[in-house]
Amino acid sequence: MAEDQRVVTSESGIPLKPSYGPEDLPAAADLPAPGVFPFTRGNFPTGYQGRLWTFRQYSGFGTAEESNERYRYLLAQGGTGLSVALDLPTQCGYDSDHPDVEEEVGRVGVAIDTLADAEILFDQIPLDQVSTSFTINGTAAILLAFYVAAGEKQGVDRAKLRGTIQNDILKEYVSRGTWIWPPRPSLRLIADTIEFCATDVPKFNAISVAGAHFRDAGANAAQEMAFTLMDGVTYCDEVISRGRMTIDQFAPQVSFFFYTHGDFFEEIAKYRAGRRRWARIVKERYGAKDEKSCMFRVGCVAGGASLYAPQAHNNIVRVAYEALASVLGGVQSMFTAAWDEPFALPTEESTTLALRTQQVLAYETGVAKVADPLGGSYYVEALTDAMEAKVIEIMADLERHGGMVEAVEKGYLHSLIADEAFRIAQALDSGDRPVVGLNMFASDEPVPEVEGFELDEKGRLRQLERLADVKRTRSAAEVTATLTALETAAGKDDVNLMPLLVDCAKAYCTVGEMVEVLKSQWGEFSQPVVF
Amino acid sequence: MPTRVLVAKPGLDGHDRGAKLVARVLRDAGFEVVYLGIRQRPVEIAAIAVQEDVDVVGLSILSGAHVALTRKTHDAMVAAGGDDIPLVVGGTIPQSDVPKLKDAGAVEVYPTGTPLESIIESMNALTSIVK
Repeated sequence: MAEDQRVVTSESGIPLKPSYGPEDLPAAADLPAPGVFPFTRGNFPTGYQGRLWTFRQYSGFGTAEESNERYRYLLAQGGTGLSVALDLPTQCGYDSDHPDVEEEVGRVGVAIDTLADAEILFDQIPLDQVSTSFTINGTAAILLAFYVAAGEKQGVDRAKLRGTIQNDILKEYVSRGTWIWPPRPSLRLIADTIEFCATDVPKFNAISVAGAHFRDAGANAAQEMAFTLMDGVTYCDEVISRGRMTIDQFAPQVSFFFYTHGDFFEEIAKYRAGRRRWARIVKERYGAKDEKSCMFRVGCVAGGASLYAPQAHNNIVRVAYEALASVLGGVQSMFTAAWDEPFALPTEESTTLALRTQQVLAYETGVAKVADPLGGSYYVEALTDAMEAKVIEIMADLERHGGMVEAVEKGYLHSLIADEAFRIAQALDSGDRPVVGLNMFASDEPVPEVEGFELDEKGRLRQLERLADVKRTRSAAEVTATLTALETAAGKDDVNLMPLLVDCAKAYCTVGEMVEVLKSQWGEFSQPVVF
Repeated sequence: MPTRVLVAKPGLDGHDRGAKLVARVLRDAGFEVVYLGIRQRPVEIAAIAVQEDVDVVGLSILSGAHVALTRKTHDAMVAAGGDDIPLVVGGTIPQSDVPKLKDAGAVEVYPTGTPLESIIESMNALTSIVK
């Protein structure tokens, strides 16, 4: 009986047939080889044969000295990339001596107040030879200024610097929370960094548009991809609308970042569909001439909200499947979460196991030997098409709601995500979404006992001391002059603020001082309260 | 009179999925929810709790700074004259920190993975004692 049959769907709600066949494949002309536009089957003709994906593990330590030591150790072990986690005061634009933030200094990452901290962080690290990724958004332009200035102190020309700043503010307003100024001036500052990187720091990625945080806040895979592409469009529109640059001058410095969760084939389809959609947007909307501009370069995290505390060792298995889906989807870099992440700051042992998971996948399973091994699968191709259609539909809905900035300002995006998060919670409660150890095969196994992370009070005091020292020894006249120049320029739309921020950095202005000056011109964001 | 609950995230961590979910579930269970959102200062949370005459204050913290922020909020509530309002805390909290949070002024702690129904039951029990 028809009414007895439940429609089987993917996690994003795409209806699935019992089986797929030749009639579900797109026309051969619509499915060109890997490395050929629109890159559904991957950006490169040889897949991972030429180069494996990057194994990137996120880490941060209390003070610049401790982080510097850790980075030099990693480089001595043959690492080539650094990943910098900043503490929340640095991310939100507060100095370490601000009275409201004392318990957060150095907690989830390193505290950077002035160029003096950045100099210590990168001491004896050749910035012309390593690539540095900063998870930083609200204050991304300021951290980029510090990096450029720290490089110059070492005698490294800014044109040789390599790395990435996340620099994606739109998702912060909705899901990660490190916003400072309202959307419109923030977009201007992001466009300034994109232009500045294109002209001055050509090997540096100016932005990593990060849907991952939408996903972790509750969005499903289709929403994650659609919201992220809309953000990408919003940033590119902002740069293009200035009329100073073509898409081909900056698109190769734009990259993307996602979560891979548990619905295996849907995640694979998500990356394939996203690659195709972005390629088409860049060509059709912006008239890109260089096909490199159309490439969707993507990093991901396996884990996050798809991991659970009960029977926590099951997370090792979940992360392995998610990592496999990411690779079959063709990502360029990956972070694998540690199994204890749902209830603790991961230990060295658990993060090493997470890295080993990628290494086994890369070197033992053979999945990296052939580009897009699932290409031509009836199911995967059909699901890729369905995912792209769904992404197009969600993007159109956002356009109808006035675009991304309005959706953020009015709380529309917040409500879409909160609704989906609530739906997922109900499905977990009812068992409609099965999770082993949570709503099936549950056991009384207690959550493993872990140590709380105690902040090193000495580290915080040393940070405060250094900040006081810098304030005492720097030239007050230079500080005033550079901050005044920044303030004046912030009030004009046609001046790129990056060179002025580099001047402020070199004068040892603090993050908080630069942020306050810009607040005086731009005001502060106030988040719509939707739940 | 429905029971009034204030839900807020003190400190700078922006992970509000859990806080929003709990706010919604409490509302559906008949509570009147005052949801303040992220990046709230403890003194403001305390002032609003007193001004809105809420029956319980719930904090959600995922940054690891839960002990310090709970103590700050508790002290601010005492200073604002709201020391009779029970304070509960949820988030990424290791079991070993539960006694420390109770020392800092929390009457109940809901670490990650606490079923939503037990939060509702616990809140009902707390507020019926108060009333």
